[in-house]
Amino acid sequence: MEIPSIVGAGLIVIGAGLGIGRIGGSAMEAIARQPEASGKIQTAMLIAAALIEGIGFAALFAG
Amino acid sequence: MRSKLTVRLIALLFFLLPFLSIAGEKGTETDIKSEIKAYIQHHLEDTYDFGFYSYTTDEGVHKYKGFPLPVILWDNGLQVFSSSKLHHGESVAHVGDAYYKLDHGKLYKTDAEGTINYDEYHHATNVKPLDFSITKNVFTIMMVSLLLLIVFSRMAKKYKTSALPSGVARILEPIVLYVRDDIAIPNIGKKHYKRYMSYLLTVFFFIWTINLLGLTPLGINVTNNIAVTFCLALLTYLITTFTAKKDYWMHIFWMPGVPKLMRLVLAPIELLGTLIKPFSLMIRLYANITAGHIVLMSLIGLMFIFKSWLGSSLSFVLAFGLGILELLVAALQAYIFTMLSALYFGSAVEEHDHDHAH
Repeated sequence: MEIPSIVGAGLIVIGAGLGIGRIGGSAMEAIARQPEASGKIQTAMLIAAALIEGIGFAALFAG
Repeated sequence: MRSKLTVRLIALLFFLLPFLSIAGEKGTETDIKSEIKAYIQHHLEDTYDFGFYSYTTDEGVHKYKGFPLPVILWDNGLQVFSSSKLHHGESVAHVGDAYYKLDHGKLYKTDAEGTINYDEYHHATNVKPLDFSITKNVFTIMMVSLLLLIVFSRMAKKYKTSALPSGVARILEPIVLYVRDDIAIPNIGKKHYKRYMSYLLTVFFFIWTINLLGLTPLGINVTNNIAVTFCLALLTYLITTFTAKKDYWMHIFWMPGVPKLMRLVLAPIELLGTLIKPFSLMIRLYANITAGHIVLMSLIGLMFIFKSWLGSSLSFVLAFGLGILELLVAALQAYIFTMLSALYFGSAVEEHDHDHAH
């Protein structure tokens, strides 16, 4: 049986969602622990989230 | 206690929703769904004229409100004519001794009757002339560039007489400083950041303005066009490649501090990485804005599917909330694009200390 490519895309998007969720959660914890570093943490969080998001969108287009 | 009641009320309303929609008109439902789909599809496409809105009169005549833009073609010589001659694909434009017709938003050369031939995949086989038209997207890009040029050059002139910001500069100065102090300097470094500031600021304000314009009822959607984001990403790629220092190329082709055999494996991967970086920039901006527009328009389309006060108010609330989220996304995507560009420039000019292995 052939699995449609959209299923793979869906799996990757689930993975990307979990990944971005983890990044967001960890950033929250880090900010709570060190509020004075929140600016740097936010920047790093956004970059990491954007990179993962790129993979998610690439998967969507391939699917 | 009250919040529990609210939740129950909302749940009840959701439960009632399908019944209420059935109470509306039947039969034409699939028609409306495909119409909404076609409308969203149309919104995502570039057009030859600048349309504000269109409607169908009771007599079945399509009316379009907007203004035409010039169509410029290279077809055995330059052909320039107004897009009003195309009549939104409803009639054949007769220019000189050639005939042109729109088919699914694309321009084809036809005979006097406007026949369009299709192959087995339903692709038009007619000749496509080289197209340099000022389309809606091109027009918007020109207008935004002009606006930014006027606003920022006037702003810059005022700083020559006094160091205090005045007028619109009071809002924009903190943003410019933010791009410099929080995007450029930490990523590129104090030594080299000045060379890249003009590009970073331009790209930031350009993407931001265009994304914001996409949320107005003008129906502008420039960053939904993959060709536009491709060009923006290409600029970042070219600047990274041509300003890169020796260390950047060394880290691609002959990674220091890694076993010799491993370097041979790493080189093609690193080389591919330089292409994937701008590619992901292109896809990210395009997909984010496109997805936002599709979801927003689908939510508004719910109003016409439900055809009840409940569905309409739900659609309004959701669309309003998402609209505010899209305001954030408009700024966030501009920020991410600028940020990642700065990161790539930073890696291009980085100088390593090779006395110790790393």
